[in-house]
Amino acid sequence: MAERSFAKEVQKLKMGEGETFTGEGILAITKALLENGVGYVGGYQGSPISHLMDVLSDAQEILGELGVHFEASASEATATAMLAASVHYPIRGAVTYKSVVGTNVASDALSNLASGGVTGGALIIVGEDYGEGSSIMQERTYAFAMKSQVWMLDPRPNLPAIVKAVGDGFELSEATNTPIMLQVGIRSCHVHGHFTAADNKRPTQTVSEALENPRRKLDRIVLPPATYLHEAEKLTKRKPAAEQFILERGINERFGAPASRVGLIIQGGTYNTVIRALNRLGLADLYGDTDVDILCLNCVYPLVDSQIVDFCDGKDAVLIVEEGHPNYIEQQIAHMLYQKGKSVKLEGKGKLPMGGEYTGQVMVDGLGAFFSEHAPGLLPVAKVATNEEPIAIPDLSGTLPARPPGFCTGCPERPIFAATKLVEEELGEHHISSDIGCHLFSIMPPFDLGATTMGYGLGPASAAAFHNEDKKGRRAISFVGDGGFWHNGLTSSVGNAVFNKSDNVIVIVDNFYSAATGGQDILSSRADNKTKQTQNSIVDACKGMGVKWIRQIDHTYDVTKVRDTLKEALSTEEEGPKVIVASSECMLNKQRRVKPQLAKAAKEGKRVIRPRFGVDEDICTGDHACMRLSGCPSLSVKDTGDPLRDDPVAAIDQTCVGCGNCGEVADAAVLCPSFYQAEIVSNPTDGEKRRATRAHKVISWLQTRRDAKRVAFA
Amino acid sequence: MNMPVQQPIIARRSPGPDGEKVITLAALAVGGQGGGVLTNWIVAVAEANGYRAQSTSVAGVAQRTGATIYYIEMCRDTGRMPVFALSPSIGDVDILMASELMEGGRAIMRGFVTPGRTTLIASTHRIASVSEKVAPGDGRADSAEVIAAMGLAADHTVAFDMETVAKQAGSVISSSLLGALAGSGALPFPRESYEEVIRASGRGVAASLRSFAAAYDIATGAKPAPETPETPVRPVPVLNVPEKLRADWAKVETRVVALPAEVQDMTGLGIKKVVDYQDVAYGAQYLDMVEQALALDAAPYDLTIAAAKYCARALCYDDLPRVADIKTRASRFDRVRDEVVVKDDQVMMLTEYFHPRYEEFAASMPKGLGRWLQKRKGLEAFYGKHFDKGRRIRTDSLTGFLMLWIVSSLRPIRRRLLRHEAEMAHVDAWFARVLDTAPTDRALATEVLGNYRLIKGYSDTHLRGHSKFARVMSALDLLEGREDAADWMRRLRTAALDDVKGEKLDGALATVRSFAG
Repeated sequence: MAERSFAKEVQKLKMGEGETFTGEGILAITKALLENGVGYVGGYQGSPISHLMDVLSDAQEILGELGVHFEASASEATATAMLAASVHYPIRGAVTYKSVVGTNVASDALSNLASGGVTGGALIIVGEDYGEGSSIMQERTYAFAMKSQVWMLDPRPNLPAIVKAVGDGFELSEATNTPIMLQVGIRSCHVHGHFTAADNKRPTQTVSEALENPRRKLDRIVLPPATYLHEAEKLTKRKPAAEQFILERGINERFGAPASRVGLIIQGGTYNTVIRALNRLGLADLYGDTDVDILCLNCVYPLVDSQIVDFCDGKDAVLIVEEGHPNYIEQQIAHMLYQKGKSVKLEGKGKLPMGGEYTGQVMVDGLGAFFSEHAPGLLPVAKVATNEEPIAIPDLSGTLPARPPGFCTGCPERPIFAATKLVEEELGEHHISSDIGCHLFSIMPPFDLGATTMGYGLGPASAAAFHNEDKKGRRAISFVGDGGFWHNGLTSSVGNAVFNKSDNVIVIVDNFYSAATGGQDILSSRADNKTKQTQNSIVDACKGMGVKWIRQIDHTYDVTKVRDTLKEALSTEEEGPKVIVASSECMLNKQRRVKPQLAKAAKEGKRVIRPRFGVDEDICTGDHACMRLSGCPSLSVKDTGDPLRDDPVAAIDQTCVGCGNCGEVADAAVLCPSFYQAEIVSNPTDGEKRRATRAHKVISWLQTRRDAKRVAFA
Repeated sequence: MNMPVQQPIIARRSPGPDGEKVITLAALAVGGQGGGVLTNWIVAVAEANGYRAQSTSVAGVAQRTGATIYYIEMCRDTGRMPVFALSPSIGDVDILMASELMEGGRAIMRGFVTPGRTTLIASTHRIASVSEKVAPGDGRADSAEVIAAMGLAADHTVAFDMETVAKQAGSVISSSLLGALAGSGALPFPRESYEEVIRASGRGVAASLRSFAAAYDIATGAKPAPETPETPVRPVPVLNVPEKLRADWAKVETRVVALPAEVQDMTGLGIKKVVDYQDVAYGAQYLDMVEQALALDAAPYDLTIAAAKYCARALCYDDLPRVADIKTRASRFDRVRDEVVVKDDQVMMLTEYFHPRYEEFAASMPKGLGRWLQKRKGLEAFYGKHFDKGRRIRTDSLTGFLMLWIVSSLRPIRRRLLRHEAEMAHVDAWFARVLDTAPTDRALATEVLGNYRLIKGYSDTHLRGHSKFARVMSALDLLEGREDAADWMRRLRTAALDDVKGEKLDGALATVRSFAG
């Protein structure tokens, strides 16, 4: 594990009845799992739910005491399959994934799990990465809930509501023999708040106890004819049971004045945004007290027909607030109302945008439009009268530079792409398939490398069609990270390329961690991990898969070597996929690990070296070719203050970690001799000090001698 | 996404029945600046003052240098939980904090800074984005424009260089941002409560408090903001003239003083650079060029100033002896030690990155030998195989230092080296064009002088610079005699400096050909 401690968070997991828990939404869920007697937890890390995994990983001790089994799953499919433990046994289980990408990966297991159903409560915590700041394609998880007939909770975005949803979810799952999806938006996951804790509970049955007392029921196994039975059961037993549970337990909430002629049916997750919009329209106070009738769906699937129809009864118009596309909820409600012959005017998409996040302004506009049309009397006059002259603010869009995310300072992946760029300068452009992970930032400036990204571990697979009939012709290059490699890249990408005799080049970017998700350990991590078996070789795995041409580069900062290896891979006559494993430790994690160690060693009087790079500004000509091959945050431009010069020169700031990329790039690309590497030695040895003093004496003598013979201005 | 056309709605937050109001605060930061720490501090301050607070963030890209937003809402605790929003809305932000100037500009563009409402707290320092860094010339965004917009957009602006304030206190920007927030008075919390929260955070407390206090005083106006000078401070170079060269140096100095006042500053810098580069005689040669330009010039002497600037640069081309000279100077060692912060009880090892190719090797030889070497393809291949590789030279060690020292000792015979011949041929041709053009179009001649800005870099980069220079200069014949010739010459040069591939330059050249052809 990366040297990042969650000890503080772990302490919060120990809180008992009545204590006030303070923290992020995702941590509140973690605590709620323990309060609800969960028996096992699994999942695949990924924003916004990786924090849950990290904390549980550091909380092995508490989990052990409670008899809870935790493991970091190889993928979301693994995580979902893990919930099989709740099929025959009355054990509560929970898994997490980032959706919608994780849900896609999990969907085979999800279908199987949903078909047979569960005995113990099974909770799938879905971190919905949708809207502004999301790192993935914009789709809804809702469709998965519908197709597999699993129920989906979408609680109001505050800690008490989210914590309650965990308990409700387990009970609903057990009452209906159905796995539950608990959907939390990215902002809910990171919302900071409080809730009143309860005592942690031991599971009613632990997984060890289950192993000692194996059970199986043939009718729960996904095989015909049981599968037909499962389908019928979903429709005739489980769904009606869910509807009953939702009504009886008051899962969905009613706010405002029931007599209102207009109403809103909203997803629980949008509640705060809706209330704020109503507040800004003068229709609610800041505590949410309002005269507008609101049905807040904390369970968005299934919908209870009677509840919806009752709500709509006697109303002129109802607005469905449903984020994302397609508008599944609106369609279902329209269907219900039509079947019942209702004439209430149904609004939804149209008043609100079809797609995109429902941000504050979008909600104000949408609700404003709805009330203006259907209840103009409700809106305070002051809200619709515009008597303010807007102040003209200059348009800065042409000035502001874009600031997309990029590689961190000292990132070991940067030199790999610098080398690729050099290869392209020499051999021309190639088709490049990219993959998910930090290395995807190669798509951005200054590298501008990579044409597609098709899914985690699928970089090389997405180059599969590119088979060149000309053996000496150009080959596709594809990238995959170590995380993606173990996720499924080994089989889907590497195995597939071997089997189909692909001639393409595969670069496996190995940074010792699942770095993009926060530095979790994976199979090939180099660190020792008490609870995991690490240090499994990627090279051996590839060889085992049948790869013949494989090169390991153990220091990616050697740009020349990476470039030459890549060139060799693109030109060798050897058949089959050419695999390059480029390994260097993620700098962010390395710094976290090494910095305290070095500081400690220096304090103890041990010899410690701190590397730093610099630029001789008199030698730098201000062409910035180095930056076109780097993009390191610590390498930037600065003015020289010299009136004889026009352009800013390169400069390296204090944040430099001395990775060496600058010098290596300058060397490999034959750029310029401006760069120097300074290594500052704390607690030098006596011999070292003597040598330094002696050299200094001679050097000073030479310098003084020269200066006596010329006019110098420096 | 067709929205019905409607009257814009005035959406202002309504207070609670007891008159309580929510305060909204958004912080825009660049990933890695510690926005999370700042957020936690503000929440803690609010809660310590009997407020309820909620914070949210989108942390996914925070560590990786992208732009990120943190959002906080707070409200006096009346016993009921307010419904807090999870993200900032256009026109609904009371306090906007930006930890970098362009992020402040971005906040304005996104509608988070509302006239008559928003207090804008922004650090005016710059973190250049990748797009600003990669231009071969100067690609940096215009700060003045953003600062002007801040004044218009915000109700109240607190803007100064909070990065420098934090650094001077030995801290990081989150502490000075907090100080500026406290000092702005935008939140109804006493100063002590902020300091208490910093103290409770437990790490780097003393430095954080210093930085907080400095920023607080600047925000309240009690102290002036740190100066961000137009031109950055750099160690002022010292002129050192040895005894036996004083007389020679005095002669060239006399010539500089004889020039018109407008020209003296630039020529003064130029002569020092040139003499430092080679010798006093070389300086005299430089002054010849400046005086030739002056003969064709009149007040305000733009042509001569440009000649003083660009002739100095043209004469001081970057060759191996030059690089070796700079790398072996005492002043340079001091500067490096200062830059990388070496304490007295520490030792510094210094490695230089060199990669001389056969071309540079041959050019560093005396003319005859150099030319002979240039023709020997076999030798070139041999060099390529055995010597064409990166060299790491340790200049803190005697051996490494001596290697560079010897190369730097070529300076006295530089005029006899092959490289010098090539450079001078190029400089002479260019300067001849300047002198040809000046009598008819002085502005155009001034621009032609400025074209030397295109020649920069080493090896391939240097060649690319030369080729751009040649292409820009090729338009001279087409432009001569036109009213707007100087303007076009400048545009061509700007195009060449703007992108690497030269597509903009191609476009600009095509335009020139279209009207001049």
